[in-house]
Amino acid sequence: MTVRKNQATLTAEEKGRFVAALLELKRTGKYDPFVHTHNEFIMSDTDYGDRVGHRSPSFLPWHRRFLLEFEQALQAVDPDVALPYWDWTADRTPASSLWAPDFLGGTGRSRDGRVLDGPFARSAGGWTIGVRVDGRDFLRRSLGGGGRSLPTRAEVDTVLAMETYDAPPWNSASDGFRNHLEGWRGINLHNRVHVWVGGQMATGVSPNDPVFWLHHAFVDKLWAEWQARHPRSTYLPTGPTRNVVDLNKPMRPWNDVTPADLLDHTRFYTFDTDTDAAPADRTRPAA
Amino acid sequence: MSSISRRAALGAAVGAAAGLAAAAPALATALTDQPGPVGEPDWELHGAGGGHGHGTGIPGSAGPGPFDEVYEGRRIQGRPTNGGGHHGGGAHGGYTVHIDGRELHLMRNADGTWISVINHYEQLHSPRAAARTAVLELQGAPLVPLVTT
Repeated sequence: MTVRKNQATLTAEEKGRFVAALLELKRTGKYDPFVHTHNEFIMSDTDYGDRVGHRSPSFLPWHRRFLLEFEQALQAVDPDVALPYWDWTADRTPASSLWAPDFLGGTGRSRDGRVLDGPFARSAGGWTIGVRVDGRDFLRRSLGGGGRSLPTRAEVDTVLAMETYDAPPWNSASDGFRNHLEGWRGINLHNRVHVWVGGQMATGVSPNDPVFWLHHAFVDKLWAEWQARHPRSTYLPTGPTRNVVDLNKPMRPWNDVTPADLLDHTRFYTFDTDTDAAPADRTRPAA
Repeated sequence: MSSISRRAALGAAVGAAAGLAAAAPALATALTDQPGPVGEPDWELHGAGGGHGHGTGIPGSAGPGPFDEVYEGRRIQGRPTNGGGHHGGGAHGGYTVHIDGRELHLMRNADGTWISVINHYEQLHSPRAAARTAVLELQGAPLVPLVTT
């Protein structure tokens, strides 16, 4: 069983294997289709039209399924690799080991935002930005640019305290847990992290930066934490709703999976923090 | 574009954000905008078009008006459109923005704020703010139609 770990706890070997698997997916052309798919959805999900991947209740199950597919692609390269998560409430500066040259590399230089170190720097030869919306083919970042701050644990807790999963109009104007976690309303968690990283992470082609997966693995973990905290709350809406994926409606682009299929992450993986006290009939795998 | 004469009629450039703020203080203060160009206008260095006007950009029930200016050395233009955009029109909020003649994919949020494909996670209060923020982000790079190879 896959165990998703906090990136800060990974060994040097685990980091090395994760990076190598990413580079191999990139080399074989299997990485960029994920970027393309994400961009297609982010450009077509609209507040008053069909919306699946973003600004809608299915933001969380859609990304859970998207990350599962990506993790399976990584595991086809190296079966021992799992997606790590980045707890940006804890590792909240560019000095974090996440951004060291042996892992994701650091921020970009001021002149053009180009990342200069680490395995994903353009100069390292293995990471050319293929799916892009402007002329630049090198990975860019501006960590904390403009003096922005990452969300704090206290801010996360205010969002986890929201009992209702989502609410009409089921879009970027909604109240409830999903939209506050996504960040279109209120304290702003997920969206703010994209902006804090900057570079491609702030754009529709954000999966060009490998930190995309670690960010979303943590957003996904926060969904699991919310479920544990509100066992009586459910995914909403539960019945047919115009333009929106209800609990039992198949999601594009897979069309064979519904939010209901994805509510229990332990069918697919566990987190390093999961305990036997977490929701029923779950067995913690041997670490 | 047919906006040359309109731009000429609009006269000297002023801080567009300030003009917008005067017209619609509630919206202008609610969300971030980029400051207007400071000092000598860049357009004087890019004489071909010679235009430096700015649209009214007044938000309201009719939506933002057109604009056309040179910001940080890039020509940014925006105009209301009749829902003719790809992905089903409404996604764009009936508005199109170009940077140096290339379309910037734009989207209007339910609360009236705007995002672009260059700044997709940051709510900006007008199409012009989206265009200016994209210019700063691009650092001189051209927009391209989605490249997939």
